[in-house]
Amino acid sequence: MDIPYTVEARPDTGVNNAKLGIWLFLASEIMLFGGLFSAYIFLRIGAPEWPGMMAGHMYGRASEVLSVPLATLNTFILIGSSVTIVMAWASLMMNRFDKYRLFMGATILLAFGFLIIKGIEYTSKFSHGLFPSESNFLGIYFVLTGLHAVHVIGGIIINSYFLGPGTKLWKTNPKYFTNRIEVAGLYWHFVDIVWIFLFPTIYLL
Amino acid sequence: MTYGTEREMTDSVSGGDESVHDVHRYHEEPFWRKYIFATDHKMIGIQYALTALFFLLTGFTFMMLMRWQLAYPGQPIPLIGWLFSDDTMPGGVMVPEFYNQLGAMHGTIMVFLGVVPLAVGAFGNYIVPLQIGAPDMAFPKLNMASYWVYFCGGVVMLASFFVPAGAAKAGWTSYPPLANIETMGQTMWLIGMMFLITSSLLGAVNFLTTIIQLRAPGMSYFRMPFFVWAQFVTAFLLLLAFPPLEAAAFLQLADRLIGTSFFMPSGLVVSGQVLDIAGGGSPLLWQHLFWFLAHPEVYVLILPAMGIVAEIIANNTRKPLWGYKLMVYSLLFLGAMSFIVWAHHMFITGMGTTMGAFFQVTTMIISIPSVIILSGLFLSLWGASMRFTTPMLFALAFLPMFGIGGLTGLPLGLAPTDIPLHDTMYVIGHFHYIVAPGTILALFAGIYYWYPKVTGRKLNDFWGRIHFWGTFICMNGIFMPMFIQGLAGVSRRLYDGGATYDFAANVVQYNELMSIFAWVLALAQIPFFINFFLSIKKGKEVDDNPWKATTLEWTATPTPPLPHVNFETVPTVYRGPYEYSVPDSDSDFTPQNQP
Ligand code: HEM
Ligand SMILES: [Cu+2]
Repeated sequence: MDIPYTVEARPDTGVNNAKLGIWLFLASEIMLFGGLFSAYIFLRIGAPEWPGMMAGHMYGRASEVLSVPLATLNTFILIGSSVTIVMAWASLMMNRFDKYRLFMGATILLAFGFLIIKGIEYTSKFSHGLFPSESNFLGIYFVLTGLHAVHVIGGIIINSYFLGPGTKLWKTNPKYFTNRIEVAGLYWHFVDIVWIFLFPTIYLL
Repeated sequence: MTYGTEREMTDSVSGGDESVHDVHRYHEEPFWRKYIFATDHKMIGIQYALTALFFLLTGFTFMMLMRWQLAYPGQPIPLIGWLFSDDTMPGGVMVPEFYNQLGAMHGTIMVFLGVVPLAVGAFGNYIVPLQIGAPDMAFPKLNMASYWVYFCGGVVMLASFFVPAGAAKAGWTSYPPLANIETMGQTMWLIGMMFLITSSLLGAVNFLTTIIQLRAPGMSYFRMPFFVWAQFVTAFLLLLAFPPLEAAAFLQLADRLIGTSFFMPSGLVVSGQVLDIAGGGSPLLWQHLFWFLAHPEVYVLILPAMGIVAEIIANNTRKPLWGYKLMVYSLLFLGAMSFIVWAHHMFITGMGTTMGAFFQVTTMIISIPSVIILSGLFLSLWGASMRFTTPMLFALAFLPMFGIGGLTGLPLGLAPTDIPLHDTMYVIGHFHYIVAPGTILALFAGIYYWYPKVTGRKLNDFWGRIHFWGTFICMNGIFMPMFIQGLAGVSRRLYDGGATYDFAANVVQYNELMSIFAWVLALAQIPFFINFFLSIKKGKEVDDNPWKATTLEWTATPTPPLPHVNFETVPTVYRGPYEYSVPDSDSDFTPQNQP
């Protein structure tokens, strides 16, 4: 007996198993980042100054420590990659596999672009002696953005799988494959949304 | 919206039609796929059960060692003392550091590696798909991953005893700053916890998807057995409460490994020296994140137990559960409330009165649904001609034990009474009544009840009864005196059990009695283990539905059901879960799949 509703949606719930599964997983992810955001608020409320003293300097605003232009660029990159992954899925819906590869490839490239810029930001912090142990501002900055970067890497792995070995499924069961891309897309949107919260909270406020 | 109407049913029947031809598509799998990297929910359930039983025994063994030190402080442990290294028990006498390791790991192992994996991983995995009429869990490979990640977490926890300075010593709560300046064992603890959290998350997603998506045609939500409901709410708690602890574990790891100060206040003095750290962090932050998980976690420990007890009571009273729907609503309400009571564990941290008032009120409110569920179970007994089978004995004993645990919890939920009682043996007594005579008895009940479905044979009743009475009496002998000691003011986590405190002078003598009960409790488990393993081959063979039960797992044939198949044809459900003694019916039970 095969497991029902792996491809087709169950009539009374309107979703297939994988789609429900990813929504539930994302709910837990919200709680994970929610926990860290609460920690951020808790530490910030308790701190006399924020960001405060770091590597011998006093900072009054986060934007004096972190690079807002680079982060803004990164925001656009991620939003762009959210668009391309939707296009990838839409191409599959229209049976255009060639276009799917193009858009999925673009999504992965954009994700790498994000990581490279993040890397530049990190190295410039380190070169100025701004390590996570310097202050709780830096600590929570590195933990939150680091965890987010791990999610980006996870997304790259998943998406690369669906660009490479995973495509076999397209030939045998295109609907199943399209569903999977939709699910991967939901995850990728989540990674994007987390950044959209992270950016103003850490860099601007 | 009404579920299970005629139209909806035909809809879902045709929805499942495609798979009807595939029934019996079962092939023999290679050994490693069938037994090791198994993907069938029943085999994974068995893997969980055996591993969890091993860990329960391990956690209990730690406690038996500690109970010697509590009963006879500073005396060498006879017979086995020499087995231990000089760092832990020179000359057979336990050193304080080792006592703390055993205590912290007793709590961690019992909760995260013993009870939850048995209640959820084992019972949930084996029974839920069968009770809702599904061929397997929704994501079999994910299910396999949950088990193996859990297994790795267990290995890390056990291995931590062998790193320099041994396992974690900061208690199962791992409060900083102590936990932050602990030895390497604490890092292992955090890594082990990350494995266990990941495993629970994967499991929770799987359970929820399975229950929502794979219910057989006609199995509407209000036809689900109470056990399935309990697992459903439990999975939600695991899904949403565990991630903040994972976040907290990241932060504590960062504090320990890369020198951040999330939980470290400025100017902290350790061994007479001000620590060279940035400071500015808060130990209370950990407590909030920890208890945000750990309060829902206590419901994770108890809800599956209630589910098991409900099944067994309905079956052995031969009556429908009293107030099934009310109990389900209580369960849902309780699940939701459990996210806003956590700070009742923190009344002594000097929180403001507004916050204190909030958490006291929510705590009193959450006790209401628990009382409703317990009352429902009690009232189900009213007017029944009960069958006192072995599982029923355990299930019946659960009720007053959970009652004691719950009632003694009320004073802990109110700040004025909690402040003197906090961190005393009273607290230890309270929560052990919930988890040991409560949950553990229910888990035993479940083992006796479902064993025939898993093996096709029954456990021996005579030895089952010996096991029951021995366990029941000893558990009370261990935990009842804890209330007395706690009320006298004896703290928990004391290396000498209070022997050096004047005010404890009148109550320390109970320590010896409690320890003797703990060791006799171990003896009482011997018949169980022999029974458990011998009956696999030698137990009395029974038919597919030996308890004459109504729920679907007993209609799955053969016994045990085939891997990835479970049912010969997709079952259709026509009625509620507990149609026992229906008037004008020729038998005293009507299975759910009977038209
Ligand atoms: C049935 C046998 C058991 C016995 C004899 C026992 C005994 C004890 C004792 C005496 C303590 C207090 C140690 C101290 O304060 O130094 C303790 C602590 C604890 N026990 Fe148990 N227990 C048993 C089962 C369980 C179970 C089934 C669970 C959980 C599901 C559990 C969870 C805990 C926890 C969380 C602590 C607190 C550890 C800490 O202080 O960090 N125990 N146990
Ligand atoms: Cu609590």
